[in-house]
Amino acid sequence: MSRKVTRRRFMAATAAGAALATFKFPSPAIAQAAPFKLGLLTVKTGPLAQGGIQMEQGVLTYLKEKNNMFGGRKVEFFSADTGGSPAGTKTKVQELIERDKVDTVLGPLAAFELLAITDYIAEHKTPMLSLAGAEDITQRRPNPYFLRPSATSAQAMHPMADFAAKELKLKRVVTVSEDFAFGHEQMGGFQETFEGAGGKVVNKIWPPLVTPDYTPFVAQIADCDGVCQGFAGSNPLRFMKTYAAAGLKFPVVTGETGGDDALLRIMGDEFLGMYSCCPYTLDLANDSNKRFVAAMQKDFSVDPGFYAAGLYVATQVVDEGLKLAGGKSDDHEALTKAMRSVKLKDTPRGDLSFDHFGNVVGDFFIRRVEKANGKYINKTLKTYKNVSQFWTYDEKTFLSRPVYSRNYPPVKS
Amino acid sequence: MTAMLTANNGTRLAVLGLALLALVTLPLWMPGIYYVNVGSQILFYAVFALGLNVLVGYAGLVSLGHAGLFGISAYATGYMLQLGAGHSVAIVVALIVGVASMAVFALLSLRSSGIGFIMITLALGEILWGLAYRWISLTGGDNGISVRGRPAPFGYSLTDPVHFYYAALAVFIVAVVMVAIFVRSPFGASLMGTRDQPRRMNALGYHVWMIRFYACLFSGLLTAVSGILFVYYTNFISPQTLALTSSAEVLLMVISGGPGTLLGPIVGAALVVVIKTVVSGFIERWNFLLGAIFVAIVILVPEGIVPGTVRLWQLITRKRVSAPAANAEAASSEAAP
Repeated sequence: MSRKVTRRRFMAATAAGAALATFKFPSPAIAQAAPFKLGLLTVKTGPLAQGGIQMEQGVLTYLKEKNNMFGGRKVEFFSADTGGSPAGTKTKVQELIERDKVDTVLGPLAAFELLAITDYIAEHKTPMLSLAGAEDITQRRPNPYFLRPSATSAQAMHPMADFAAKELKLKRVVTVSEDFAFGHEQMGGFQETFEGAGGKVVNKIWPPLVTPDYTPFVAQIADCDGVCQGFAGSNPLRFMKTYAAAGLKFPVVTGETGGDDALLRIMGDEFLGMYSCCPYTLDLANDSNKRFVAAMQKDFSVDPGFYAAGLYVATQVVDEGLKLAGGKSDDHEALTKAMRSVKLKDTPRGDLSFDHFGNVVGDFFIRRVEKANGKYINKTLKTYKNVSQFWTYDEKTFLSRPVYSRNYPPVKS
Repeated sequence: MTAMLTANNGTRLAVLGLALLALVTLPLWMPGIYYVNVGSQILFYAVFALGLNVLVGYAGLVSLGHAGLFGISAYATGYMLQLGAGHSVAIVVALIVGVASMAVFALLSLRSSGIGFIMITLALGEILWGLAYRWISLTGGDNGISVRGRPAPFGYSLTDPVHFYYAALAVFIVAVVMVAIFVRSPFGASLMGTRDQPRRMNALGYHVWMIRFYACLFSGLLTAVSGILFVYYTNFISPQTLALTSSAEVLLMVISGGPGTLLGPIVGAALVVVIKTVVSGFIERWNFLLGAIFVAIVILVPEGIVPGTVRLWQLITRKRVSAPAANAEAASSEAAP
């Protein structure tokens, strides 16, 4: 881990470099462009830390690849640990915007963190790129300074449900997910599309975020031919273990967090045959992804997952947006507009563009967990191209429905 | 010797005056708005800690459910504003809700003291957390409630961070003065009596339960006030604020600063907020640092930072004065701690 660039080391190096530069060149004739300040809100402590640390690694990988330069401007990077609480996120975003005066904020990780600061971001007119799910920030409560280059909570579940109904021919599914907004929105999206395709969600089970033992919840899975799980963090591991131990054999489908590539190295045989849908897949064979995966393995000795890739792509969008804005970052409105008009081909997740709410339109991959050479892999089976947050629904009809929640759509008996 | 005592009092007054001056002029010498905002946070957490200290320090009742009360007043403010009420209505309703919930808390938990009291308040706090989490139609569940705008008392808009700081400072000073009067009042003395000798107080004809009940209400009032400041500061309230960790955090503020002292909770609040917000930007393992500091406090100054520092200071200065004077001073400080 000696290669890891911590914030302090980075700041010290930048300061030392700046001091050296002023010492050597007392008065440069041509004014250098001021550095572009990039802030990151992530979680490095607590239960969400695993994803949060990958987020920072994703950003650092991109910055290293570009030698800390965005189109001729040096990048100053500030990273802040929110601790995974809304109040902490508010304090840290103030630190980034008011003290460090960043031009763009990356992050935060969780939906409840994002919801706590969305109004503040709009008020301070600072572009923000996050991978937090919170559907409404790009739907019914849009924020003009917000971009989501990853996916809404339900964006991956729509194609997953389509695949489950049409290709896996599932008819009756039980959903199991953590009892918080991200889980509710994921399962809502699954149910909407799955029932639209002729299937039926027979029961929705909601274990709390911190559940010591999934046995009582697994015991409720019955009268079905498939299971949809939406767990995040390390919970998928514990759930799948309990599921297999109970002797259940129904096929399992899941979203980007439940089948995250970062979990592959700690998976067991109970994962074999699980289907997941994700806006990023480790085995995507394009140049950008090969570069990214190699750099992550070299610098951090890990396989990147959804969180690292999400932030790598977000940083790429910032770089590209800054280029489109002519390298100017003073006008944040113009900068946000430029970022939203970004269209990229060579990213670790493939083609990507944004809709008018700032949410990504991109490729989603259906993968199955298999074993090859003693290692678990997510093998891509099918790619859904250009999936928007509205799936195949009409935007107006979609927005006229309530946001996906614990009780919407309701389970029909 | 009397000159020495007045000199001590003089030092004390001078220190307090300097601290007040520093607080009033803080926005002028802080290097940026960010630090003014940290100052505001210290102030409202200090009010919160002062409120809890009424119970922990003076009544000897340790509550682990105060974040629930803090949160319920914040939710009440947010919900009233969402219904379209004005700021003053929202604040008054939030105060009433906060104190009324404390009354219910007290009715249920004052049946016991000690560990029993801790467990009942813990359970009640968790119930409030669960309600905030699950009663989605009222609280928005996990998504919380966003509050738009801050009030403008007498046309003085609190949207500006410096203005908000001064409003928080005004509330803070009122709270400190209230607690100071409360502690010195006969009622305060009887409360401390119920802490130290509840059975004797009972035998003397004091209504121990009622004294504790009123102390709870006072604590609830301060907690509600800080909850309202909190929701206007963050413009957002979600169930995480009511979680057990928040209750534990404010309890740590009280215990580290010095329970049963006026300044202790304030120093404790400043310590926790500064480490959580400012130092965490420079040290990745800030949780570890906070833990190490608490361990150091427990070992070096187990009675809390403020009384501990005073004790250490007296230990150092006593070496310089002659033995009889020191004895006399010790006697006098024992008589009037």
